[in-house]
Amino acid sequence: MLELKGLEKKYGRNYTAVKKMDLTIREGEFFSILGPSGCGKTTLLRMIGGFETPSQGQIIYDGKRIDPLPANQRQFNMVFQRYALFPHLSVWENLAFGLKMKKVPEIDLRTRVNEALLMVKMESFAHRGIATLSGGQQQRIALARALVNRPRVLLLDEPLSALDLKLRQQMQVELLSIQRRLKHTFIFVTHDQEEALTLSDRIAVMNGGNVEQVGTPQEIYEYPKTPFVAQFIGQVNTIEGEVKEARPDTILVSGAARRVLMVKPSRDGQRPLPVALPGTPVKILVRPEKLKVLKSAPGPEQNAIEGTLREVLYQGAVTQLFVMPRDGSAPLIVSQPNTAVTARRSFNLGDKVFVAWLPEDCLLMGREAALPVAENSVSIAPPLLTVVGPPPESSGAALA
Amino acid sequence: MLEPVEPSLRRPPLLALPAMGWFMWFLLIPLGFVVVYSLSTKGLYGGVVYHFTFENYQRATDWIYLRIFWSSVKLATLTAFSCLVIGYPMAYVMATASLRVRSALLVLVVIPFWTNFVVRAYAIKLLFGEAGPINEFALAFGLIHEPIVFANSDLSVWVGMVTNYLPFMVLPLYVALEKFDFSLLEAAKDLGAPGWKILLKVLIPMTKPGIITGTIFVFTPALGEFVIPDLLGGAKTMLMGNLITDQFVKTRDWPFGSALSMLMILVVTASLGVYLKISATENAPVDATTVED
Amino acid sequence: MESMEKIRPRSPLIAKLMTAIAFLMLYVPLFALVIYSFLGPSAGPGSPQAWTLEWYRRILVNGEVLDAFNMSIYVGIWSTLVSTLLGTAAALAIERFRFPGRQLFDMITHVPLIMPEIVLGLALLIWFVVLRITLGPFSMILAHTTFSVSYVIITVKSRLQGFDDSLEEAAHDLGASPWQTFWKVTLPLIWPGVLSGALMAFTLSFDDFLITFFTAGVGSDTLPLKIYSMIKFGVSPEINALSTLMLGATLILVVFFFRPSKGAPTHA
Repeated sequence: MLELKGLEKKYGRNYTAVKKMDLTIREGEFFSILGPSGCGKTTLLRMIGGFETPSQGQIIYDGKRIDPLPANQRQFNMVFQRYALFPHLSVWENLAFGLKMKKVPEIDLRTRVNEALLMVKMESFAHRGIATLSGGQQQRIALARALVNRPRVLLLDEPLSALDLKLRQQMQVELLSIQRRLKHTFIFVTHDQEEALTLSDRIAVMNGGNVEQVGTPQEIYEYPKTPFVAQFIGQVNTIEGEVKEARPDTILVSGAARRVLMVKPSRDGQRPLPVALPGTPVKILVRPEKLKVLKSAPGPEQNAIEGTLREVLYQGAVTQLFVMPRDGSAPLIVSQPNTAVTARRSFNLGDKVFVAWLPEDCLLMGREAALPVAENSVSIAPPLLTVVGPPPESSGAALA
Repeated sequence: MLEPVEPSLRRPPLLALPAMGWFMWFLLIPLGFVVVYSLSTKGLYGGVVYHFTFENYQRATDWIYLRIFWSSVKLATLTAFSCLVIGYPMAYVMATASLRVRSALLVLVVIPFWTNFVVRAYAIKLLFGEAGPINEFALAFGLIHEPIVFANSDLSVWVGMVTNYLPFMVLPLYVALEKFDFSLLEAAKDLGAPGWKILLKVLIPMTKPGIITGTIFVFTPALGEFVIPDLLGGAKTMLMGNLITDQFVKTRDWPFGSALSMLMILVVTASLGVYLKISATENAPVDATTVED
Repeated sequence: MESMEKIRPRSPLIAKLMTAIAFLMLYVPLFALVIYSFLGPSAGPGSPQAWTLEWYRRILVNGEVLDAFNMSIYVGIWSTLVSTLLGTAAALAIERFRFPGRQLFDMITHVPLIMPEIVLGLALLIWFVVLRITLGPFSMILAHTTFSVSYVIITVKSRLQGFDDSLEEAAHDLGASPWQTFWKVTLPLIWPGVLSGALMAFTLSFDDFLITFFTAGVGSDTLPLKIYSMIKFGVSPEINALSTLMLGATLILVVFFFRPSKGAPTHA
């Protein structure tokens, strides 16, 4: 178990890259640190690896403080963003480098290097020079060079960002299967939300040096705790308004054009209603795939906004529809799966339509930050899922 | 905001300390002593008495010495200008040549650059000598009947200076022209600019850094040069270089020599200052739009 | 080298002509020198001269020339060693680390490059006299090191530019101590730069005239000083031979310097 306690990194007097961070990473988990560039995620990883000295706080591994140790004395290894393969050494020598430093006996060293090459399917490249390898091949060697040392924790600094889409997806699958097999702890830094959702057991979403939320991909996507997390992961529609009335099971929000929208706790109880006094400026967040486009107004149990269909974008698996609300607020994006039924249903541009969704499928947030949640309400902490099977394929199927 | 990558390795400069110490001990302090000497008095037996005085500077600004300074400046200016006029087309030819020709020409420029300059000066002395190849050929073909005495002439000094300093000019010019985007020339042509205007308004302004660097590389050492004029010109003209050397080697008036060399640094700095000022005001607006005509 | 995709216009005829003339000016004297060094004494006016190696033989048995040659080599090797060590360390510090006074130090390293040589020569002469260092091989080594360090720093620095810091971090990450990282990763990567810096230092030392002239003292002539004093006596076939030998040595060095570099790039 890797624990970060009050970890902080300051550059100079007035720039804090990582602010007072507490984080626990479990043994054998695929843990992603996700955030936009400049959020401090790389700095955090480099502190764990021993390449940056924390300004404050502790890093504890297996109950022992490791932050005073230099990088070469931690049993962690890193896969660097631009691979950092030694250009003056062959593939084989690159892989053997770490083992030689640890004075692993020659026979042992040979088996381990060969195993590692086999694992990344590069056994025929052992004696090639680094410069002759393609980006994807270099990526594999970089991974093998770290794994050959059997690190307790493997640190990956945006290792796939330099690859093109196809290769990246292929490497994601391989990375995952290697991690499943070795059961090492992987700490994976990325700015690509899709990659994080696909690979991780748990994700920490970072912004401005802070961790905004830690949770499984599902929790992060379905129950974002802050407006930032909601907006950074996936697409989200934002409807601004003001709390009109707070009932025990429903909050009524008044918006433009005297429209009133309802927000209810999610059906599984994982997202309770926040505490919101009437008059509080708020925003309602709702994912495009939770929205439906209808020709006529739905029943009163659903929220509905009337508008004009502006754009229909057919995207294969889904169709995205852009609806301009009548009151002139920001257009709503609706994502409809192209099932046999919906694919046939055709809308014409300029049609008067209704965008409808269930009050249980949307989130209520303050304008800038999350709203507080009452102590005695249903616990927000979900039962800790130890995801061993494949991670949730995508978003909202559970609720839709 | 980007994560700062800059201050990654903030370390005490242990590795730099030896070189720092060396430059302090063998560069800065010695230069300081030149200043101290220039303000001291010559001792009775060639030594120095640390007796503060401006006398050396007063003496150095005497008309006789100023004329010597002037001839050095003239020679250095002529050399730098000649090198620029000859070196610019050379660098242009090199920069526009194919890759193979380019590297061959580069090696051809570098060979003299690395050859000992005493050897090169001697080769020119030999060439222009009374029994040198030029005279022998001319005599053999009956072009002349008496050997021409090129040696110890201004021509041989000029050839010696120019060939000696040409590589210092060509290399920076080549670097500047190498980077130059030649499609700009086509653009200028397309806009109807005549050839000489393209040269003056596009090519030269855009390769100015190379011109300035090359000129400095030639002018500075040429100002202190005396061995080439000495070998090829027969020590007829006194220059700053031999004036200073004489103070140290012959007359052993080190304080005066120090003062002269301080003045030389002053002349170098002043000339370069004037030069940089002129080249900054000339073509001040480096603007491709002025090329319509 | 630059890519070939750039548009490169043909150069005008006059530029080519100027280039040809310039190369003639550079090379005709050297060719004449080489040819004359193989020419025997004329049997009489108008009669052809015979090819000979006599002048080379005389140079090779000339004790003073050999002494000067040894002196040049001795001073060259020592100043190269010292300046390469100092310069490589300094270049690493300037290029890799941030420390107070870094920019000032960087500026000072350029001083020997732009200062008139004669001033550096006499400054060192004065300083050696003040320190009571006897002028001779030792003082020359000190003087040559002073200007060579600057060239080594520039050469190694250019090699270090674009050096990927994460290579050293990777070595560290794989368990290498800072010392091991230096020997196994940093040094092999900058080695081509160090080598060309050393080559440059040796050539500069071997060729230097002016600073050597001030700091040599009596009886410790280097080769350039020796040639200079021989020339002062007048043109002679022996100088032709000696100069040709030095030219040959330069050619070998240039070939060595410009051979396609086998060094790996500093970043993958």
